[in-house]
Amino acid sequence: MLKQLILAGFGGQGVLSMGKILAQSGMVEGKEVTWIPSYGPEMRGGTANCAVTVSTSPINSPLVAEPDILVAMSLPSLEKFEPTVKLGGKVFVNSSLIKVEVKRKDITVYQVPANELADELGEVRIANMVMLGAILATEPIVKSATVLEALKKVLPSSKHHLISLNAQALQAGANVVG
Amino acid sequence: MKGNEAIGEAAIAAGCRYFFGYPITPQSELPEYLARRFPEVGGVYLQAESEVAAINMVYGAAATGARVLTSSSSPGISLKQEGISYAAGSELPCLIVNIMRGGPGLGGIQPAQSDYFQATKGGGHGDYKVIVLAPASVQELADMVGTGFDLADKYRNPAMILGDGFLGQMMEPVDFAGIKKSKIVEKTWAVGCKKGRERNVHTSLYLDPEELEKHNIKLAQKYELIAENETMAQEYLTEDAEIVVVAYGLVARICKAAVEKARSEGIRAGVFRPITLWPFPQKELRKAVAAARGVLAVEMSMGQMVEDVRLCLEGRLPVRFYGRAGGMAPTTQAVYEEIKKISLECKGVE
Amino acid sequence: MEVVFQRPQALTEEKFSYCPGCHHGIIHRLVAEVIDELGIIDNTVCVSSVGCSVVNYQFFATDAIQAAHGRAPAAATGVKRASPDSIVFTYQGDGDLAAMGTAEIIHAAARNENITVVFVNNAIYGMTGGQMAPTTLKGQKTTTSPYGRDSKREGNPIRVCELLNSLDGPAYLERVSVHDPKHVIRAKKAIKKAFQLQVKGRGFSLVEVLSACPTNWHLSPLASIEWVQKELMAYYPLGVFREAGEVDGEC
Repeated sequence: MLKQLILAGFGGQGVLSMGKILAQSGMVEGKEVTWIPSYGPEMRGGTANCAVTVSTSPINSPLVAEPDILVAMSLPSLEKFEPTVKLGGKVFVNSSLIKVEVKRKDITVYQVPANELADELGEVRIANMVMLGAILATEPIVKSATVLEALKKVLPSSKHHLISLNAQALQAGANVVG
Repeated sequence: MKGNEAIGEAAIAAGCRYFFGYPITPQSELPEYLARRFPEVGGVYLQAESEVAAINMVYGAAATGARVLTSSSSPGISLKQEGISYAAGSELPCLIVNIMRGGPGLGGIQPAQSDYFQATKGGGHGDYKVIVLAPASVQELADMVGTGFDLADKYRNPAMILGDGFLGQMMEPVDFAGIKKSKIVEKTWAVGCKKGRERNVHTSLYLDPEELEKHNIKLAQKYELIAENETMAQEYLTEDAEIVVVAYGLVARICKAAVEKARSEGIRAGVFRPITLWPFPQKELRKAVAAARGVLAVEMSMGQMVEDVRLCLEGRLPVRFYGRAGGMAPTTQAVYEEIKKISLECKGVE
Repeated sequence: MEVVFQRPQALTEEKFSYCPGCHHGIIHRLVAEVIDELGIIDNTVCVSSVGCSVVNYQFFATDAIQAAHGRAPAAATGVKRASPDSIVFTYQGDGDLAAMGTAEIIHAAARNENITVVFVNNAIYGMTGGQMAPTTLKGQKTTTSPYGRDSKREGNPIRVCELLNSLDGPAYLERVSVHDPKHVIRAKKAIKKAFQLQVKGRGFSLVEVLSACPTNWHLSPLASIEWVQKELMAYYPLGVFREAGEVDGEC
């Protein structure tokens, strides 16, 4: 298994942490992982993105020119990366913020109202985990349970009470595509 | 763990307790990491007023025999060249990390490999060499910190880790347990306390031309010894390769993916990755191209290492170049297409 | 027979390479006497700079490193941080300290780096042959200010002690002169205090020594001494600019 993802959105939408937690989860499962962030001025309010690779064998290039999966949390990130998605790949669109249709017909599109679902859970900042839930429901890159395990590892114990919220977010995302 | 942070933790594992630096994208996570971690292990972290000051602090600390580290990115490394030249001239060991970004001038902040010449051909003034290591993964980035310090101490010479913004910024699993704390050699030449010994003096100044020439010859002999003993390279499917792709650092991994693609279509390609950029692994490369009919050098620059490849092969094989610059990286597909072109040319010759 | 005067232990047997009438020799001797008197010869590190005193590591019988032009305070910082028990001093001229190394001296002072700086100000570049220094006086002729320094054209001289005195950092700043025996005694006291403060861990100390350069001033040694008194001391007043507290007794 070799899956390459581009996770993109506005700075502040948590795309970098979504990627990190996915990579961390892959590591927990003993898989090979890489995570490369975009960095620089674009981090401040512009588009932020990261490239994540999860594989069962050693990873050659950690750069992702043609992702298997694209997550677009905002319109500019959809416009920027839609053309790069691999033939037959998947795009997860944050339909709470993106009101336009995906133009390409040779990829599978999932509409996930991530912000609204996160709002319903009382925490809009968890939209990234809603999205991750949706991805993992269609692509078993890692198990959802592993994500929670990884969260336990990376979050300080003072933040562990948030893990159940994260579990709900993953589930909410999974429900959309399930 | 981020590459930049891995360097910091590896430095601690290698027994380094002194860091002098100045923040610059994309390596700032390293000074930030050490500013946090060094106080916990009794180390000294100091943010200097400039890269110029930082490298000269390194020079002073190195003279006391301490394992000392500095890091920066391309424009900052330019500023450090003065101090690196002095350290080489005075034969003071230290480790310098360059997490390269695009240039010239202020250039950009995205990854590049355009400081190859600067790193391997001297960089500053005078006849000197710096030992240059090129890691391709976060794990190697960490492993090479210890290697770099050991080589620097062994030869009393500055060593450099030449990475790029991708390596500095990316996260990969990294294991520090494997990094064995290398034995730090006793430095009888260190300044500080001269009780019971002759005084130690470190200078790069030799006003008498005969003396300076002697010094230059001594340094040259040392560099020859390093070139003889310390070259490192990694090969991938080169034994039967008709086309050998030469690339260093992260780019070599892109090339590996491209070579796999080429192999799946019956093109016998392989990758040769110099790990030491100076000394350049000449013998190893000549061996790796024994079965080759064409060579492709790939870099994130407009063509720098390719000159060493050509020098090494002395016209025996056609050497093509493919490069991206300014923060753009070669894609697997693009490298594959270059390989294919060479393959077709080779067939055409038959 | 009783020995009443001899070469300080902190000076090697090497003959000074300085011009007749130059004050470097006196200043070297003062530094060496202080090192002897404080009994720190075995843990003192001299950081030599670039200028006429570039090879002073040949004269001081201590451990030494030679630093790049202007960078001596940075190199000294590296030595001191990595070897805190060493007594580290830089010996810098006006070109090295007040031109090339302006950033390094200001930041070492601002950090209150626990080092001692002996700053020799003779208002001209000696080693390179009489060019204008940052401390060259207004109207003073040098090979690169042949019409006399004009502040409109060449800018104004820099008063280093006063400049550093604007910082919170330094522990001790004094300007002295060595043009006559009385002032030599005062200069030695200042240099001794500067080293003592470092021994006590009080931080950054700098002694600026006004000094003559007869060769490049094109004056006789005697006339040079008069010029120090009349011209240099008028623009660069002697005195203590900063004192972090009394140094009690011998160290």
